[in-house]
Formats: sequence, C-alpha cells, structure tokens
Amino acid sequence: MAIRVFLISLLFLSFTNLISALYEDQVGLMDWHQQYIGKVKHAVFHTQKTGRKRVLVSTEENVVASLDLRRGEIFWRHVLGTNDVVDGLDIALGKYVITLSSDGSILRAWNLPDGQMVWESSLQGSKASKSILNIPKNLKADKDDLILVFGKGCLHAVSSIDGEVLWRHDFVGESIQVSHIIHSADVILVAGFVGSSEFYVYELNAKNGELLKNSHVALPYGTFGELLSVSSDVLVVLDDTRSNIVTINLKNGEISYNQKYIIDLIKDSSGQAVILPSRLPGMFALKVNSHVLIVKLTNEGELVVVDKINNAAAVSDALSISEDQQAFAFVHHGDNKIHISVKDVNDWNGDLLKESIVIDHQRGNIDKIFINNYVRTDRSHGFRALMVMEDHSLVLVQQGEIVWSREDGLASVVGVTTSELPVEKEGVSVAKVEQNLFEWLKGHVLKLKGTLMIASPDDVAAIQAMRLRSSEKSKMTRDHNGFRKMLIVLTRAGKVFALHTGDGRVIWSILLRTLRKSEVCEHPVGLNIYQWQVPHHHALDENPSVLVVGRCGPSLAAPAVLSFIDAYTGVEVNSLSHAHTVSQVIPLPYTDSTEQRLHLIIDVNQHAYLYPRTPEALDILKREFSNVYWYSVESDNGVIRGHALKSNCKAVDEYCFDMRDLWSIVFPSESEKIIATVARKSNEVVHTQAKVMTDYDVTYKYISKNLLFVANVAPKANGEVGTATPEEAWLVIYIIDTVTGRILHRMTHHGCQGPVHAVFSENWVVYHYFNLRAHRYELSVVEVYDQSRADNKDVWKFVLGMHNLTSPFSSYSRPEVTTKSQSYFFTHSVKTLEVTSTAKGITSKQVLIGTIGDQVLALDKRFLDPRRTLNPSQAEKEDGIIPLTDSLPIISQSYITHSLKVEGLRGIVTVPAKLESTSLVFAYGVDLFFTQIAPSRTYDSLTEDFSYALLLLTIVALIAAIFVTWVLSERKDLQEKWR
Amino acid sequence: MEKGKGVMVGSVGRRWGIDLSDNSTSPSSRDFLDPPGFSRASLDHDDSSLTRPTKDAESTWKSQKAWEVAQAPFKNLLMMGFMMWMAGSTVHLFSIGITFSALWQPISALQSLGKIFEPYKDTKVELLGPKLLFIALNLGGLALGVWKLNAMGLLPTHTSDWVSSLPPALEVEYSGGGINLG
Repeated sequence: MAIRVFLISLLFLSFTNLISALYEDQVGLMDWHQQYIGKVKHAVFHTQKTGRKRVLVSTEENVVASLDLRRGEIFWRHVLGTNDVVDGLDIALGKYVITLSSDGSILRAWNLPDGQMVWESSLQGSKASKSILNIPKNLKADKDDLILVFGKGCLHAVSSIDGEVLWRHDFVGESIQVSHIIHSADVILVAGFVGSSEFYVYELNAKNGELLKNSHVALPYGTFGELLSVSSDVLVVLDDTRSNIVTINLKNGEISYNQKYIIDLIKDSSGQAVILPSRLPGMFALKVNSHVLIVKLTNEGELVVVDKINNAAAVSDALSISEDQQAFAFVHHGDNKIHISVKDVNDWNGDLLKESIVIDHQRGNIDKIFINNYVRTDRSHGFRALMVMEDHSLVLVQQGEIVWSREDGLASVVGVTTSELPVEKEGVSVAKVEQNLFEWLKGHVLKLKGTLMIASPDDVAAIQAMRLRSSEKSKMTRDHNGFRKMLIVLTRAGKVFALHTGDGRVIWSILLRTLRKSEVCEHPVGLNIYQWQVPHHHALDENPSVLVVGRCGPSLAAPAVLSFIDAYTGVEVNSLSHAHTVSQVIPLPYTDSTEQRLHLIIDVNQHAYLYPRTPEALDILKREFSNVYWYSVESDNGVIRGHALKSNCKAVDEYCFDMRDLWSIVFPSESEKIIATVARKSNEVVHTQAKVMTDYDVTYKYISKNLLFVANVAPKANGEVGTATPEEAWLVIYIIDTVTGRILHRMTHHGCQGPVHAVFSENWVVYHYFNLRAHRYELSVVEVYDQSRADNKDVWKFVLGMHNLTSPFSSYSRPEVTTKSQSYFFTHSVKTLEVTSTAKGITSKQVLIGTIGDQVLALDKRFLDPRRTLNPSQAEKEDGIIPLTDSLPIISQSYITHSLKVEGLRGIVTVPAKLESTSLVFAYGVDLFFTQIAPSRTYDSLTEDFSYALLLLTIVALIAAIFVTWVLSERKDLQEKWR
Repeated sequence: MEKGKGVMVGSVGRRWGIDLSDNSTSPSSRDFLDPPGFSRASLDHDDSSLTRPTKDAESTWKSQKAWEVAQAPFKNLLMMGFMMWMAGSTVHLFSIGITFSALWQPISALQSLGKIFEPYKDTKVELLGPKLLFIALNLGGLALGVWKLNAMGLLPTHTSDWVSSLPPALEVEYSGGGINLG
C-alpha cells in the first residue's frame, strides 16, 4: 500500500515536472562554471600605454583569447572547432588580432578590444603543407599593410584591412616544402627544401607576387628538423646525422653553405642535438642533452658558443626593447627554484634581469616562456615573463613574484571519478556556529525580511550575496544529503586535480611522477581514472583512493603505468610502471576486506593481470573464476569477441591469467562498420525489475549489466553527413549479451547514418543519429523486456512468497526477450549523451544531451517512451504518457546550463547524491560546469529557499494566539458566571 | 450561639464557618428533635422494598436504549457513504482523510464495544442481539472503508503492488571490456 501511495505521489510530482527551470536569483547557488583556455601555444603581448594591458594567446584546445595582464582574467575568448587548429597568431595594424587556422586555410581578424570578428578569409590551396603566418611591419602594397600567409602550398598576400587576397603564388607545381619566408622592403624570399637536401629559394616581388628569381643548391647531405632563420639572410639547420650545423647564407641572391661539427662547439655532445625554435637575432639555441648552447653567428660567419646553460628549460624569442637593443629570456632550474635571466643579445656580459622564484613543484618544468618589457619609473627596463608549465598552467612572473596563475590544464580533462569527503569529526562545526552567531541571526532576519517582502534593494543584494557564499556548501566534510563530494579529474598533462563540488575550488593537485616525461617514458599519456578504494566500514580511519592508468606512449604496445593516489591528501601512495601493457581495465564487482576494488587489467596479448596483488584478492577471484568474462571490440575489423578466464599464466606470476575465446561476432565488412558501442554503467542502481503498465499490469524489464549496444553504419556512409545518398546509407543497431555473445535485438534504420551517440541505462538505450531521408537528426529508444518472467502474474504467489524473481539469474538460461522501440526527430546535433543517476534508482530519469551549442539539455525519459501513442487513453494519460509527436520538444527552461556555455563540451558525468531525488552533474570540455538536478523535483527535502524563520514565526504567532484567546475565553467565562 | 445546625468558630478573630453537613443520620450527635411528621426511617429505604413494575420499566427502557445504540452506526454508515461519494475516487487529502476516518471509526467502536453497552448491563436485559447488530453494522462500515480504499487503488490486490518492492535479481556472470583504451 505504501508503495502504491508512494508511486502515485511520485506520479503526481512528475506531472508537475514537465519544466524544471531556475529562477534568476538561483543561478550560482548550486552550480559553478569555470572558464579555461588550455595549454598556450602562442602568446603576443599588447601593452600599449593607453588601454588595458593584455596578452593574446592561442592554445592547443583551439582557443583564441585575450587575457588581462594584471589578473589573468579572460577579456574575451573564442573556441574554434576541434578541426580548426590555430597555427599562427599575431597583431596587425595595432588593432587586429590575426589568427591562421585549419592548416593555413582560414585567416581571421578579431577586433583587439572586444574580440569581435572583423573579417575572415578562406585561403585556397590544394596541398597540405606547413602553415606560416608572417606579419611584416613595413611591407606595403598600395598603402595597404600586407599579411603574408603560407598555407596549403600557396603563398598569399592578404590585406590586413579587409582580408582581401591581393595576390597569391602557387608552389603546388614545385615539390618544395616551404619552411621560411624572409622579406625585405620589396622582395620576399621563400626558402625551403625539396626532399631533405635540395635547398630552394624563390624571390618574389612583394607588390604583386611575381617570381623574380629562383635559385637552388644541393647540399651533399640530408637535413634534420626545421630550418631556423638567424638573421635576414642566414639560416641554420642540422644535418641528418645531427652532428653538424649547416649554415646557409643567402647574401646577394647567392646561396652558399658551410657546416660546423657540434663537437667543435661542445666537448660532450654525446646526446642528440636539437635546434630550439626560438627566434634570436644573430643567434640560435642548440639543445644537447640537458644543456642549451647559445650559439652566436659572428659577422665573419663563424659560430661561437657564447653561453652554456645547464638544466635549461625554455628560451624565449627575442624582444626589441629599444631601437638598438634586443633582449631575450631563458629559464633554468636549480635548488627547487626557477632562475629567469634576461640578457641583451648584443651585450652578453651583463644581465638585464636575473630573478629566482619558487614555483609550486606540482606545476612541473617550464615548457615555454614569453617575455614582455615595461619601462619603470626610473626609465630602466623591467620584464614580465609568461610561462607555460608542464601541467599546462599559465604563470605570469613580474619582479620576482608570481602575479597570477591559471590552472589551464583543467581545459583538457581526460577522466573523471568522484570521492566522498572526510566524515565530520565532532565538535568542529559547533564552535564555528557560535562564533558567527550574530552573523547567523542577522542572516535569518534578512531572510525573513525577504520572505515578508519588506527588504530594501540593499537587503536583497545582501541576501543574494549571502546565499552565494554560503559556507555550508564548501565545507570540507561530508554532508547529510551527499551534495558535497570531490571530483577527481585526470588531465592530459598527467596532473590529477581534486575539485570541491560546492564551489569548484581545487582541493589538491598532483603532477604524477609516472606520467611525466622521462628517459624511459618518452610520451606518457594518462588514459583513465578509477575508484580504487571506497571505505564504508572503515570510513573514519581509512582514506579512499583512486587508480590512474596511463601508458608510456600513444601505441598500444607501450608499457602501462599505474598510480594509486590518496583521495583526501592527494599523495601518490604507490605506483607501478613497465609491468605490462594495457588495453583494457575492468573494475570487477568484488572488493577485498579493506574495500579495495578488484581490477583486471588486460594487456595486448590478452593476459589478464589482477590488482590488488594480494593473496586475498586472488582468493576472491578464484571463487568467482568461472563468472568473470571479458569482451573486446575490434572496430577496425568489425569483430566483437568474448573471452573468459582460463588458467594461471605460469610464465609471469600468480596474478596473471590466460584467456580463452568463447564467442565472436563478425560483422560483414562490406556492409557494416562499427562506429559506436555503449554499455551500462557498472555502478548504476536499479530500484525495481517491474514496469507497471496501465491497468496495473506488469512487464518485467530485462535488467542485465552484461548488455552492449553496438551501432554499425554502411562503410560508404561512414563519413560526414552529405557524403552518402540515402540509398547507400543504413544504420544497424544491435543489443548483444556480452557473456554468451547472443544477439538480443537487431534493427536496421534505412537511410540513416552516424555519428551515433548513445546512452544505456536500466533496460533501455537511447541513441542519436542522422536521418538522410528526412534531413533531420533523430533520437530512438529501445526498451528490452524479459518475456520469460511475464507469467509471474498471480497475486497469491507473491503474498506467499512463492516466486523466483529475486533468485540470481544467468545469461546462459537464455531468457526470452522482447523489445519495444520508437523514434523521434530531434533538432540538435549532439556531442554527448548521458543519463541522470540517483542513489536508489527510484527517481525518474532524465537524458542529458550535450548539444552542439555546448549546452546541456535535460530531456525527461517520458518523452522517450515506446508506449507513447497519438491518442493515449485516459488511463494512460493518468500514467503520465505523453501524446506522441513526431519531434521532441526542446523547452528552453530545461537547459541545466541555463545561460552558460560549457565551451568545447566533451563529456558529462552524473553522480548520485545521498538524497534520492538529486543527481550531481559535471560537464567538462574547455570549461567546467557543475550543478545538481532533481528530475522529479526535490520531493524528499525542503527547498533551499524554504524560510525556517517564517515557519518559526508562524508557530510562535499561533502559540501566542492560542494563549491570548485562552485568557480571553477564561475572562469571558468568569463574566458569564458573575452575571 | 448554638442555634440550628450552625456552629460559630468565631472565637478567634473574625473567621467564622458554618458546618452545613447533614449529620442528622446519626441520632446520637443530634441535640434537637426532628420536626413532627418527619420519619427518618423512610429515608433508609431498601432495594427489595422497590416495587416490581418500576424495575421492569427500567429494564425495558435499558434494552430499548441498547437497541438504539446498536442501530446508531447505521446512520453513520449512510453519512459515510454519502461523504465517500462526494470525495470521489482520486487520491488526495480529503478523500484519504475520509477513508481513514471511515476505517478508524468502526475499529474504535468495536474496541470500545463493552464500554458502550456498559450502562445497559443488566441481568434481565438481553444484550447479545444489540451487540451483534452493532458489530455487524460496524463491520459494514469497515467494509465500506476497505471498498473505498480498493476503489482508490490503495490495496495491494495486483501483482504490480508486490513486484515493485522486489529488488532486481542478481546476475551470476560479470562481463566487462570494450574498445581498447587510448
């Protein structure tokens, strides 16, 4: 009975819940939004005397941004598409920011103060090549300042005023790999190699792009790496043995070259030499081992080492500080400090600046440095340095101090997991409350005023500010509702951050030693992050920990690195590296006595390695040995294979197991190609196995965690929309049992193609694809029902407990299943799909759609219900079935990101709160966004703006009224008696 | 000052009191005679000396009353029925309140069955009939309440009511995997 009441009240609640929006003053109470830009590639300072000082940057996340030099805040920012990689950035005419992107085919000008786009020109070309943006200071054609762009095998001269292409010269015919553009007043030299040893120089007229001269020389050896121009007519490059420096001289149109052994410059040149790309006049920086040599080219053409820097990290470009002075900076590490030196290019003996600063060692080494100067009050030169660190953060240093820093590593989140906060120790919070008793009282009085609508505008502002900075939500302890948690994110730089869900601040961060570049691990990549230990029984004396899995390189064959991190302190507890490779990590549903979760790590040779490596874990696995399966999806071959544990692989150790193949599904490669696979989340909680239809009928959901949704498209329709006709495009979806390899459901959508995004939850899957015939995107839902349990209909069986619905079931029993499905048009294209998750799975679900506009839309699952019909009966309406429409409504109030954008949205993570009604949502991309949502509203708690003061006041007033009326009635009684 | 039954205690200050208690029953304490024609013996009447017709009338009256009490729930029943009809069959505060009161009233009435018929207890009065009627009518009221509950769908008479609370069955096998990482 209680259940029925509960369900019905739920239904009522859900009736009222078609729209669940925020009020304007609720923005920022539960949610936070952080803007990032990513790892900086180029930086250009703009520090004119007038106007605000700023630095323009372009990043590896394809962001072009203007940052405030004083505080590091973003003035404006543009996130270009994922394929629109920024290759060059500069300022033209002192007012336009010019960016070259998409392999040198799109040139854009942005207005410097506000970031509006002024013009865009798309540059034609046919050949992929290096793209070069060159904005000469004094190159004019018809009073028009020129921008020289080399991209796609063409040299373009573009007007900086309106982006018009004034002339272009095609190098497609020549097979030259252009690597340098050198310009003088009216001549442009285009230099490059054909092959690796033939050096070509083309001389062009700057006015009209006419070819004036073409000369070349064949070097007697190949070259390595990029050409670097040292001065207007000298280029340097390494030869292919990397032991010679080749100097190429272009004086008077004649090409001459000579070479010098590196061993003549430095005695110990055992390592591989690299020419650093820093542009220094008359000099270049050569990196050998961990030293950097600053090599000067004398007027006689000799190479002279002027300095040798040990432990050097980065060398900046030269900066002209006055008419005859040029400076550059280099940094090197030493005694836990960073030493910045700024030197005059021509006067090597003196330092313009020498500073030592301490930077948090969790930021790692310095990747890049950009410098800028300012004139001090005593007319001497001061310098500020913008440094890009190993963890992708950005630091501005001035006068030996860090002025600001930005954690831009958070723009490239790779994996997310969550952890609980520490349990509150007694006696901590009370003192705090007492201390702020007056504040507390004042706050409540203000709130009361607000409720009674007698608050002045100042009071309203004070109330809003108080709500926003409520200390309650950012406490470092667990709360009753489970809203406060830690989001532990792994970034591409190999740094792990713990963010507080209350306000998004960084609690701790650690640059993982195992994921840093080292001799043995050249290109480490972080793969994912998992919950390793979640103590419930020992919550007071044991800390939770997370597992970070990485790999020493992009290929599958690179060895794995594992790190175990304490989630409360951010300390690396343990790390393992180079044990084996990693292709899969399978968290098993078993934990040992210390509540460490068992994980199987599968390597490329299909061996499974058990973690933690304890005899106890081994015992647990042995007990469940025959019940652990594994499937692999080979999307290139179109094969899905199922495997089971076979035996111990004796060759390695007792924690290694061999696998045997059980089944395989081979899709016909001529007609189908796997483009997406989605499985259920292993930690999803399902409340009930039955679905109550109208007339109290019951159908049984097929709730199995071992289901895999596979979407295949026709190979011809694998490209972008528009590349295939509807006749040659189809989408085939499968639902596969991954234990037995049985195909439970197969459906073909004709005339449809990818990209497919899908989400699998309980017994349903929702997927998004493009319908070529209707020219629209569609969302489809498939629900799987268990037919073998359908005959459990007798009430008396249940009253007497004579049913087997709760007894464990096996996939090998081959239960009969049926499916229901329905499709709808959907306006948006989608970046990612996710579903809300709650603690007990009772609350109705919402599908969270990451739209192409980088927003998150919450769509009730009731809209994606195969039971929807055009004219639902009265009973069905009461059940909350919405009449069927051909397209899904997009209600603008149901954007959970409200007015904000999560730029570059890549993923959404949902975490259940302890309160059943509420789900925590974390969306990440270039920006981070966090909020709480209640798909059926907060039916189990009072809202945040509930006025306790008003309640108290009402109670007090009522008691007073009772008392007064009692006294009055007594008095009246007495008077009656006297009468 | 010892006139009548009044006793003055006014010897101390101005406080005084009158003992109005009738201690006339004990002749020893009496210091004055009864008025003429007043027979004290007639007051000490004897039950057995009561006339039979009076007793009979009382027992008929009692049994009549008992029947009346036994029939009282019938009116209640009618009113309940009317109110239920008014409340409708959807679940909201009003209908739930009425239904629960319709269930509670008969139960509480049945619990206090003995107390209700206590005043009419008599050796000569047959209370079984009224009691049975009373019980039957209250059970009728209860049935009406239950019927109302069922009409509102609050009784677990369907499979769905039992299945919803069952946790999903556990799976024997566990499978994980997917596309290779990275």
